[in-house]
Amino acid sequence: MNFFRQTLVIARKDLRAELRTKEAINAALAFAVVILVLFSFAFDPLEEQTREISGGLLWIVFAFAGTLVLNRSFARELPNDCLDALVAAPIPGSALFLGKALANFVLVLAVELVSLPVFGIFYNVHWTSRIWSLLLVLALGTWGLTVIGTIFSALTVNIRLRELMAPLLVYPMLIPALMSAMKLTVDLIAGKPLGGDNQIWLRLLVVFDVIFTALSLVLLETVLVE
Amino acid sequence: MRAVAAEGVWKFYGDYPALRDVGIEAEPGACLALIGRNGAGKTTLLRILGGFSKAGRGQVRIFGADPRETETRRQVGWIGHGISVYDELSAIENLTLFARLYNLSEPRRAALEWLSQTGLERVQNGLVREFSRGMRQRLAVARAFLHKPAVLLLDEPFTALDDRAIAVLQRLLREALAEGRTIVVSTHQLREALELATHVALLNRGKIAFRGPRTPEMLSDPGWVYAHYGEA
Repeated sequence: MNFFRQTLVIARKDLRAELRTKEAINAALAFAVVILVLFSFAFDPLEEQTREISGGLLWIVFAFAGTLVLNRSFARELPNDCLDALVAAPIPGSALFLGKALANFVLVLAVELVSLPVFGIFYNVHWTSRIWSLLLVLALGTWGLTVIGTIFSALTVNIRLRELMAPLLVYPMLIPALMSAMKLTVDLIAGKPLGGDNQIWLRLLVVFDVIFTALSLVLLETVLVE
Repeated sequence: MRAVAAEGVWKFYGDYPALRDVGIEAEPGACLALIGRNGAGKTTLLRILGGFSKAGRGQVRIFGADPRETETRRQVGWIGHGISVYDELSAIENLTLFARLYNLSEPRRAALEWLSQTGLERVQNGLVREFSRGMRQRLAVARAFLHKPAVLLLDEPFTALDDRAIAVLQRLLREALAEGRTIVVSTHQLREALELATHVALLNRGKIAFRGPRTPEMLSDPGWVYAHYGEA
């Protein structure tokens, strides 16, 4: 019980701090919308081929925009040495990780939910036909992105070039989750249901989320102590 | 049982030994002043005692337990070089946050009590980023004392404090000692530290050069330890 309370305390603190400054969420939102709009000028949105690659495009935009949020996750603890106070507090590293991951998940998901209608309009894609399945894939893919981004944000927090290092480490790790999310999104946008042919990708996404969540929960304490 | 104990502690940064076979101890109710020149290893030792950093070799114990154990962390209060409070949150939000993390039964009440103790109750809803340096430092002191820790690890706590913050901190440290709590304080402000200290340890280039009780000579001449045991 105490574990979940401490997790929520951390998540609420991060969300409150971000909503006061809006540093990361504004940057991520602006980035996602601008890239989606710019690419819509590069492709002809009426063409079937464009719609086929649009799922992939969407997830690449989410991954890049998400990194802007995730990079800040532990970096926001650096001013005033706030990370010391968190490391000194009697909370398990797993609660600290989960709290931060939850806050990041909410922020990244918010960016995605704003980007989706923009994507639908500019790419002439009817993304609402399988909306509940799409939301499930969005949640699973975003959790994978969040977990990897949060743990690497902790790993690179004391590195001078962390803004460069974190994405270099995060994107290769994300390949299985991104591939699954892209394939599933393309199918859902094309009106195909979850299951059948694409079930393997859904399973891969779930397994990825479970494995990396478990690993991160165990590893955070080791990552933060010098 | 000793409140704080370090035995044979070594710490390497690459090949450079920042600490070399360091041993210190403090009984409950003692105040150990950790002194030494810049780069002597005071902060490194305090960070190992606080569980922020692992010793390369040797052993550190707080009340006989590993500093990283959850129950041990509950007993330790820390003031480092930074104030360790959030600029984007108000004073009351900061203290309530840490009161919740330390699982205090009435977080808001504890936060209000410490805002009052440090003279910040009138600005409790102000964002920390709008505070003066002195107010920020007093909030940092409130954060460290909030959970009534049995051991206080203070890394140069008097540096950059205004007169009022120094007075607040000295009063709180005296009260803490009177209540039997243990303090390990590293400092360059020898006079302030030696007035509180029951024991003194001098670090020279990562090695303990002197360790013993504070004597009247040290109080009348704060440079006495350096003169007798410091590097030439």
